[in-house]
Amino acid sequence: MLLIKNVKLVDALGERGPVDVLIGEGRILSLHGGKAETVMDGRGLYLAPGFVDLHAHLREPGQEVKEELSTGLLAAVRGGYTDIVSMPNTSPPVDTPEAVRALRKKAQALGLARLHPAAALTQAQEGKALTEAGLLKEAGASLLTDDGHTNEDAGILAAGLLQASPLGLPVAVHAEDASLRRGGVMNDGPLADLLGLPGNPPEAEVARIARDLEVLRYALRRSPKRPHLHIQHLSTKRGLELLREAKRAGLPVTAEATPHHLTLTEEALRSFDPLFKVAPPLRTPEDVEALIEGLLDGTLDAIATDHAPHTQAEKEMDLLRAPFGIPSLEVAFPLLYTELHLKQGFPLSRLVELFTDGPRKVLGLKPLHLEEGAEASLVLLDPKERPVNPKAFASKARFSPWTGWVLGGWPVLTLVEGRAVYQALA
Amino acid sequence: MRHLLDFQGWTRPEVENLLDTARVMAEVLERPVKKVPALQGFTVATVFFEPSTRTRISFELAARRMSADVVSFAAQTSSLQKGESYKDTLLTLEAMGIDAYVIRADSAGVPHQATRWVKGVVINGGDGRRAHPTQALLDAYTLLEALGTLEGKKIAIVGDILHSRVARSNVELLPLLGAEVWVAGPPTLLPQTLPGARLTPHLEEALAEADAVMVLRLQKERMEAGLVHLQDYIAHYQVTEERLRKAKPNAPLLHPGPMNRDIELEGTLADSERSLVNRQVRNGQAVRMAVLYHLLVGKER
Repeated sequence: MLLIKNVKLVDALGERGPVDVLIGEGRILSLHGGKAETVMDGRGLYLAPGFVDLHAHLREPGQEVKEELSTGLLAAVRGGYTDIVSMPNTSPPVDTPEAVRALRKKAQALGLARLHPAAALTQAQEGKALTEAGLLKEAGASLLTDDGHTNEDAGILAAGLLQASPLGLPVAVHAEDASLRRGGVMNDGPLADLLGLPGNPPEAEVARIARDLEVLRYALRRSPKRPHLHIQHLSTKRGLELLREAKRAGLPVTAEATPHHLTLTEEALRSFDPLFKVAPPLRTPEDVEALIEGLLDGTLDAIATDHAPHTQAEKEMDLLRAPFGIPSLEVAFPLLYTELHLKQGFPLSRLVELFTDGPRKVLGLKPLHLEEGAEASLVLLDPKERPVNPKAFASKARFSPWTGWVLGGWPVLTLVEGRAVYQALA
Repeated sequence: MRHLLDFQGWTRPEVENLLDTARVMAEVLERPVKKVPALQGFTVATVFFEPSTRTRISFELAARRMSADVVSFAAQTSSLQKGESYKDTLLTLEAMGIDAYVIRADSAGVPHQATRWVKGVVINGGDGRRAHPTQALLDAYTLLEALGTLEGKKIAIVGDILHSRVARSNVELLPLLGAEVWVAGPPTLLPQTLPGARLTPHLEEALAEADAVMVLRLQKERMEAGLVHLQDYIAHYQVTEERLRKAKPNAPLLHPGPMNRDIELEGTLADSERSLVNRQVRNGQAVRMAVLYHLLVGKER
């Protein structure tokens, strides 16, 4: 039994308290105190439902030099996450029920964040033949995606949406037209022209979203059950507008945005540091503003990290050769708490929703609110500010675009079903 | 000036100061004994991650004529793909006591990255599409020799602007000296914008009343990528005697080399008195001597 005294509550329903939260048997037993062996002082802290990440590259199997389950899931709980969707673009890709089961088993034994592996939409993620969606679902796959690759074959994507629809599995897409983005390594436009870097145009994302929404309309018309398209890491204003329109029209589509697309712009590339090389690329302040608007008005459903660890040496290659990706599991919430809530007045309750009920809904999980009887998968957050120090990361990727940024809202205790999976040293 | 990466943040007096030094170096190159002790005891490394014989030889001669020790590192692209890292290469050289690194790479930004890793001076010997500052300096030097001043002069740069570090560096540098720069090329080979330059897909517009014309090399890979058709390019963008009539009489011609005769430039023009190509090569050495001198022993240090 754990009692957290005088703690403020924040979830998708709003902010409440301070109250005394009694936790036991994996649940919230009471919001009015009670007897417990362990008592914590929660004054000045926030208690929130545990975070859910729809998009993390944990690199296992096959790329353990970049990350593995033990480091990635530890990074997750240090970031306040209790549930993680791992991407299937590993070596080999996660495209069989056996691979999904093996990942889940290994993650369960670690006892950190719970793993919900995403499985490949197509065999070997080659975009040619669908995977065994039904068996993958039974093995515990949370969604289907060829992330890491783009879905160039619209027919296969349509078939994938149809196949997944009776199973209730979302199909997640990395929406970029590969033939339009070509070798682009940063946002296309005047800055890419100036820096002499190959540009990846916003139109590559927008055109692909437009196509995929039509593919979704087709699947919707053809399927007795509603398919579910999920757009990953949306980065452009125009893409957001298309999404908003589609949602108004009642299309079964959801979408996520990443911490880096919400806090950084293409200007970062002036440093010629491949740390900022990511796909889709960092865009313009206008895009960032539009994305934040989309978070507010519900066009965007979730904040997902796209945590993409690589080795230091890989991120010190040149900009043409360095791999795409930014690691962020351990800073995502503090970053947005500080940059969006504290600095721009973004409502805290909505921000927490984008880390909790938002992604839960995408996965078909029930909402989680801080009520008596609720599952005690929770995170305790400290508004006290400190600088980002990647050297202390649990992730193998010990570098960050936000190094030195002074942030508040750091997780100090993460519980999964009442069990402490992370506790910061006092 | 700590390194020479590009001309962002440069001022006109800084450029003029450097070009003044280059004129002194050019005099040295006219002497029977073309050697001065200015850089004795310094070691210059040419680190060419992308092959380029001409630029490398020019830098190495420039360093040797000032009595610097020179070492040369030439990596094949294939060995980079085997996992050899730029950083480890540079740190190895650093451990050997290098004072200045001349870096050439096929990716923009490698010289910038290098400044984060080594203590020595970094000179950009050409990075991807980004910059080739010593080429622009030698172009400016050559243009000043030919025209006397760049103030109010119209300079046309013709060809594959999008992929050209020579164009980018000239567009940064020449306006600092008062020039009005026009760039012309097929729409598929033009950037969206290029601060400091007027962009046009019409060659005649760029050539009209131009005081000098710089012709860029058209690379075979652009044709292979399907971005331009060779015959169409020749028909509309080749700089010919006929088209040059739109420019000022006897407007000089520059080309950074190596040249594709009868593709970007009519062959007879390449051999005409208008061509300053050999002056460019000669001046390249003087300019590179000046750059090494300023960075290694100049009064800014």
